Amino acid sequence: MGSTLVEKVFSGRCGTDVRAGEVVMAPIDAAMIHDITGPLAIRTFREMGGERVHDPARVVMLFDHQVPADSIAAAENQAFMRGFAREQGIRNYDLREGVCHQVVLEKGHAAPGEIVIGSDSHTCMHGAAGAFATGVGSTDMGFALRFGALYFRVPETIRTIVRGAFQARVGPKDLILSIVGDIGADGATYKAVEFGGETVSGMEMPGRMTLCNMAIEMGAKVGIVPPDERTWSYIKPRRPGIAPFELASDPDATFAETRSYDASTLEPQVAVPHNVDNVVPVSKVAGTHVDQVFIGSCTNGRFEDLAEAAEVLGGRSFSNDVRVIVIPASREEYLKALRAGLVERFVEAGALVEAPCCGPCMGGAFGLIGPGEVSLSTSNRNFRGRQGSTEGKVYLSSAATAAASAITGMITDPREVQ
Amino acid sequence: MRIWKFGNDIDTDAIIPGRFLVINDPAELAAHAFEGTRDEFAVEVRPGDVVVGGRNFGMGSSREHAPLALKGAGVRYVVAESFARIFYRNAVNIGLLPLATPSTAGFADGAAVSVDLAANTITVDRETYPLDPVPAFLQRIADAGGLVEYAKTLEEVNLCSTASQ
Repeated sequence: MGSTLVEKVFSGRCGTDVRAGEVVMAPIDAAMIHDITGPLAIRTFREMGGERVHDPARVVMLFDHQVPADSIAAAENQAFMRGFAREQGIRNYDLREGVCHQVVLEKGHAAPGEIVIGSDSHTCMHGAAGAFATGVGSTDMGFALRFGALYFRVPETIRTIVRGAFQARVGPKDLILSIVGDIGADGATYKAVEFGGETVSGMEMPGRMTLCNMAIEMGAKVGIVPPDERTWSYIKPRRPGIAPFELASDPDATFAETRSYDASTLEPQVAVPHNVDNVVPVSKVAGTHVDQVFIGSCTNGRFEDLAEAAEVLGGRSFSNDVRVIVIPASREEYLKALRAGLVERFVEAGALVEAPCCGPCMGGAFGLIGPGEVSLSTSNRNFRGRQGSTEGKVYLSSAATAAASAITGMITDPREVQ
Repeated sequence: MRIWKFGNDIDTDAIIPGRFLVINDPAELAAHAFEGTRDEFAVEVRPGDVVVGGRNFGMGSSREHAPLALKGAGVRYVVAESFARIFYRNAVNIGLLPLATPSTAGFADGAAVSVDLAANTITVDRETYPLDPVPAFLQRIADAGGLVEYAKTLEEVNLCSTASQ
């Protein structure tokens, strides 16, 4: 009987045949902690008797949720973490590099066949690099810091096969919203979601990151794309000396289920309040007034997202009735946007362009919405209260739909902005 | 001891909103549990009370502040028809027991409740219902009182060892 991609990752790292459903104490190739969940992880590491982390070279620290520190408490948490990094010899990107998941991939901390954890639920995004990557809580992270390993229940895999070419102004975010709507908020709980088919193999890495990022919104443990030439050409400059190898599910692997999707008939999609699986075509909510538009986050804050938003914007201005906040996902993406003139265009059009961080997505730093206000966001969650008041509303869309809506002041189909 | 009843898909942002994540102390987090979602919870919750949800309790963010806020409020058990994965592990790890049962539809808000772990049952308004078994590898952690206590018993881990479910 063949193995799934995820079974092969665990089998490869353990040197023995590991199957879905088994519980295994697996080695950790990389562990990421950030400013929100890191302090608790360090505390539990200490409580477990930890003195030296198992392997400091495998730990990645950075700050992205509340940067620069927006309160004395945040400053204290970050100072506490800096001290731990110095004491333990851990690489700390501090607040310089951007949103954790983007930075982990950019800096080459996740590669095909590896097991990566992060104390953040969207760690599942690193599956775009062919890694098994999953979000864990702070105590599990403390355990991994102490022992370099963690218990995993090896997940079954839901395979998705996507065929067809996207229409203009429709892309990976619309696809993943539609898949989340189909599978549901708990439809993939404790499972892996493998993305395949010609549409995914034809997709560049940024689009694959968008897909894998939102696997958690179906309850999935990881979203994963079989590594191919695009993956390896992304990984190679980030991991000098790495030798590409084959890693894919066997044709006779056992899948929990297989679902097929047609990208060619897909319209721009919007997740409406207050659940991510509450997904409709943009036409169903077109005309809804918006107070704030956020273009950014680990889901859609890459250069390609900003470039598409700028294309939709053209030479126009954003509506004076909308607060438009643009935040590149990382310093690398920010520099690309700067050099391409995108930042200048957004600022001319009336947007606030902020330095790389999570921004309004986490609803704790800045860009919060008040009671009765509506946010349209390219991020990944629209839970009640996610971006501020529990009496506000958050809609989710692609960067193209967000830009079109920021121009008109209401939710707008980007295909209608000529 | 009473039930605090919630619905399906209760997310960890609802349990503890993002703006309180700078707090790491369970008692201080408890003061903001369900703030904006159910404000009376933090004021009226009593030690031993049980939080009850429907399907997919604890979805979303990995923030361990969510189960910690409930533990800090004196909640000992969270009962639901199903749990989101990260919340479930986090709850076990910190010694807040997540208990699954086939249906919570008949569990009313405010109802008297007791849990019998030896019998693996929950009694609500004198009716007794079965609880699902906890996976064996997590039960060991739960029995130790959480992952910190469990980890204190280990010198090192046996890499790639398998555990029964």
